[in-house]
Amino acid sequence: MNQHLLSIHDLSAEDVVRILDTAESFREVGTRVIKKVPALRGRTVVNLFYENSTRTRISFELAAKRLSADVINFSTSGSSVAKGESLKDTALTLQAMGADAIVIRHSSSGAPLTLTRWVRGSVLNAGDGTHEHPTQALLDLYTIRERLGRLEGLRAAIVGDVLHSRVARSLSFALVKMGAGVTLVGPPTLIPPDAPAWGVDVSYDIGAVLPKLDVCYMLRVQRERQRQQYFPSVREYARLFGLTRERVGMLPEGALIMHPGPMNRGVEIDSDVADLPQAVIEEQVTNGIAIRMALLYLLLGGAGAEAGEAA
Amino acid sequence: MRSDRDALPHARPGVPSSRGAPQPTRILDGTEIRRAITRIAHEILERNKGAEGVVLVGIAARGDDLARRLAHEIERIEGTALPVGVLDITFYRDDIGMRAEAPEVHETRVAFDVNGKTVVLVDDVLFTGRTIRAAMDALVDFGRPRAIQLAVLVDRGHRELPIRADFVGKNVPTRKDEQVRVALEEVDGEDAVVVEEPIGMGEDG
Repeated sequence: MNQHLLSIHDLSAEDVVRILDTAESFREVGTRVIKKVPALRGRTVVNLFYENSTRTRISFELAAKRLSADVINFSTSGSSVAKGESLKDTALTLQAMGADAIVIRHSSSGAPLTLTRWVRGSVLNAGDGTHEHPTQALLDLYTIRERLGRLEGLRAAIVGDVLHSRVARSLSFALVKMGAGVTLVGPPTLIPPDAPAWGVDVSYDIGAVLPKLDVCYMLRVQRERQRQQYFPSVREYARLFGLTRERVGMLPEGALIMHPGPMNRGVEIDSDVADLPQAVIEEQVTNGIAIRMALLYLLLGGAGAEAGEAA
Repeated sequence: MRSDRDALPHARPGVPSSRGAPQPTRILDGTEIRRAITRIAHEILERNKGAEGVVLVGIAARGDDLARRLAHEIERIEGTALPVGVLDITFYRDDIGMRAEAPEVHETRVAFDVNGKTVVLVDDVLFTGRTIRAAMDALVDFGRPRAIQLAVLVDRGHRELPIRADFVGKNVPTRKDEQVRVALEEVDGEDAVVVEEPIGMGEDG
């Protein structure tokens, strides 16, 4: 594995399997009374979040703490960043303090890659702009593999605001890498024009896609990222692309309903649909901790970085 | 610390040995391993005055297979089926960050309460003692056993920590750079314990 995790493209299919298998062991740790192992004692993990995020930050924080690493949460409001410090100076400061890993979320695509130029530790991308969110994709793969027993040959649809979704990009790349078929579904204005180059299909008709699916992945409508009017009204969007009770009936038996959270109940997913047994949204959250433990362990558990530098 | 497992000769194909092909010496064959396990099963029952309150926890990999064999023997002798758990000590190793890659992780499954129990840890080879130190740390994260005992198939010496086994299949004097390899039917297709000359670069335990 590389020293950093910036994109799903950094990983081979073999790496993905190794990460999922390692996460399996860490999920067992999460079932113990003492949910903590000493694996990363003395290592320092910094959560550097330039965008608000509760669930991803907490998940990374919990993952690092369960590995006995020391965790520093650096959020931009009320910090030196609010005083005008640049990403570079923040990075150099964290470097000088001896951070072994920096988990970064940033509104600009490519910020994590830029960060790797200034720090010696590992950089983990926790979501950058509209680029990628690889740890979300990996926890989704874990959840799917656990529920359906495999990834290869599965058919998945990713429905909604694909254009603004780093989750959709990472998950599409990851599913295609593992041999699953992916269809992107949404209004034409919210499907990126380069989507066919990802190795996925595109459809504008959710009704035609649902009956053939193993996984139906609903995306949040990210109104905060939309800089123009992409669809006439939220009500129309919900009617055309929302996962309603009626549409759930069109899914084959055993198909999973997934959502990266936070949900807009009543927009992309009906409230009672989110609570159905085939909706595995809470499992995704639980598995997220195990995946992030596995990644921190694999990236920090070896002497690879220093050894590589010395060579 | 687990170089006996981690650096198995067959896991490093194509590494030429300057001393030519190593000549493995067979220490135990299938029948002898079976007898050793039967004897250890009797010793565990004798020491603990029966099977009451005793649980077996094997250290992955191969210690768990030996623990299951011991449980089978004890059930045959005493008619009591002891709970068997498997422990992966990777997260408790003292050399994390010293190897190039993070060590591979195996399954841990201790599906019973260890509080107040006599836990017999089971491993294939006792060498530096570091694996056992890690296993005891892992075990106490699951609760507070009444006692921890140690059963090993082979004790090859060269301890680096003050640890000794309660039950030993066979004491085997070795040189520190030799490899002791335990093969078990369940994973390797045959039962055997062999001592081999080191292959390639020596790796310490």
